[in-house]
Amino acid sequence: MNVMMLLEMASATFPDRVAFIDSSDGSSLTYEQLFRAAGQRAAGLQTAGHSRMAMLDVTSLATPLGLFTSAWAGLPYVPLNYRLTAAEIRALLQRVTPAYLVTDAERHGEFHGLADVVATTRTQFLDDAHHGDGEADAWPMDPDDIAVLLFTSGTTGAPKAAVLRHKHLVSYILGSVEFASADEHEAALVTVPPYHVAGIAAILSSVYAGRRVVQLSAFTPQAWLEVARREAITSAFLVPTMLARIIEALEGQHTADLPALASVSYGGGKMPLPVIERAMALFPDTAFTNAYGLTETSSTISLLGPDEHRAAAASSDPAIRRRLASVGQALPGVEIQIRDDTGRVLGANQRGEIYVRGEQVSGEYEGRGHMTDAAGWFPTRDAGSTDDEGYLFLEGRADDVIVRGGENMSPGEIEDVLIAHAAVRDAAVVGVADEQWGEAVAAAVVVNAGHTVDATELQAWVKAHIRSSRVPQVVVFVDELPYTETGKLLRRVVREWLGS
Amino acid sequence: MVQLKTGARLKSVVCDGEVMVVAAPAEAVELTCGGAPMVVNAGDSERLAVDPEHAVGIRIGKRYVSQGGDLEVLCVKSGEGGLAANGSLLLQKDTKQLPKTD
Repeated sequence: MNVMMLLEMASATFPDRVAFIDSSDGSSLTYEQLFRAAGQRAAGLQTAGHSRMAMLDVTSLATPLGLFTSAWAGLPYVPLNYRLTAAEIRALLQRVTPAYLVTDAERHGEFHGLADVVATTRTQFLDDAHHGDGEADAWPMDPDDIAVLLFTSGTTGAPKAAVLRHKHLVSYILGSVEFASADEHEAALVTVPPYHVAGIAAILSSVYAGRRVVQLSAFTPQAWLEVARREAITSAFLVPTMLARIIEALEGQHTADLPALASVSYGGGKMPLPVIERAMALFPDTAFTNAYGLTETSSTISLLGPDEHRAAAASSDPAIRRRLASVGQALPGVEIQIRDDTGRVLGANQRGEIYVRGEQVSGEYEGRGHMTDAAGWFPTRDAGSTDDEGYLFLEGRADDVIVRGGENMSPGEIEDVLIAHAAVRDAAVVGVADEQWGEAVAAAVVVNAGHTVDATELQAWVKAHIRSSRVPQVVVFVDELPYTETGKLLRRVVREWLGS
Repeated sequence: MVQLKTGARLKSVVCDGEVMVVAAPAEAVELTCGGAPMVVNAGDSERLAVDPEHAVGIRIGKRYVSQGGDLEVLCVKSGEGGLAANGSLLLQKDTKQLPKTD
């Protein structure tokens, strides 16, 4: 079992179809070219003595080639976040040596001299692959071999290296994608960073479906709209902050005018209800899917499909309308449970920690072992609840719960109320130390352009909509909230702002 | 009879068909294609004839399961032979088409 097999099948079935196009320069690879290039490059790496292949670069044709070359050569693929500082990158590289590193020309000199690191440039890597020498031996088939090591974003503490083995990624693809299911005209626009699990999943699922991938390495709403029109994009994945920025860029227009865009999926962070409602109005012919997943679960574990979006948006029943804010139901082959602090399994509509089990679930970190329990359940550290029909609702990280005078409250609930105020564009709620209550509720609020509002009015607004214990004791107005580029709110930073 | 391992790749000796084991039963089993046992390495040996009782064919990308459900394989190369475990034909597994998520 090896992810290379997915590319082999695609290459045998539609060799001449374009697999990847880099929108920055129009260069492309067909399935057969990608397959052959991976073999050429792997031939040189199989006996070179490296233990990992690291990729430190923006998205380009080298991204899928790096993933498949590593798989063929039997080396774990380690995509690194190029936005980190040189010192941070050096520290991560030292954890994966002896390493073969592919990077851009500017960084090549900086890292080539490191002990046990052999660096090459992206240009050289792509060129060598096309004119390489010799035939590679067959790729290893052990399902327990490591396919990918992904350093988690480290919103808390030092980065951990999540281990995804070939069996996890292949299980995810076989369970969620029908082979060769894409029509020849289909094209996916990929803007997620190459070092994110969604970037890995985007490569594998499009290859197995036979869907052309158009890469956009530097996201701006204008570039996204321009490439989507020019390439007649039929599907795209976006994180909530990207979708919000696209909507802002379409301000004043009735529709987005992207007739080919059949589907958009989103995930990676909490989607504000007003954003998805506005998106559905601007893209009336586009099917929306909300996907929830983690690095440790090989990407998506639950989804809210297009029909469920439409049914929820059109319903007058609050229980069904509310599902627009849910992440849907578990994928086939994936089980989800909600548990309390003692590990007891909770019933519907009770808030607790989300646990997940399935063949695609790794739950393993390098050097730390498995976080799964004896029965295979992985604690996600995400808080949530399910409704009577198993629709899953996320309620922030389990560690984000605010405990005020013994009462547990979820920041998300208060944020939703704040964001529903006409003057509020965005809001983050955290707990801050308080002598009387242990923790007090504090809010950082971004005001909509052209609006004014003060703390007293927002406190009264929260009091009128939910219990008075939820009213933020402190309200601070800020220009922007701190997000990672994949749309995760950095609560740690908000806590620092509001704690002082 | 052989003990199959998850992830192993097996070839038909009657056609171009190849499969990968997705789930292996605990006990040894005889997995056949076109009536003849599948092998890890077909080498240059001469092709055998397809047993007409085992000629339904396999198609790339389709999954096939035993009637008990403990053996599952993925077809990675199409062929004319049909799959069987200990003489009983494997069934094609339907995949639920999911919305694209990434």
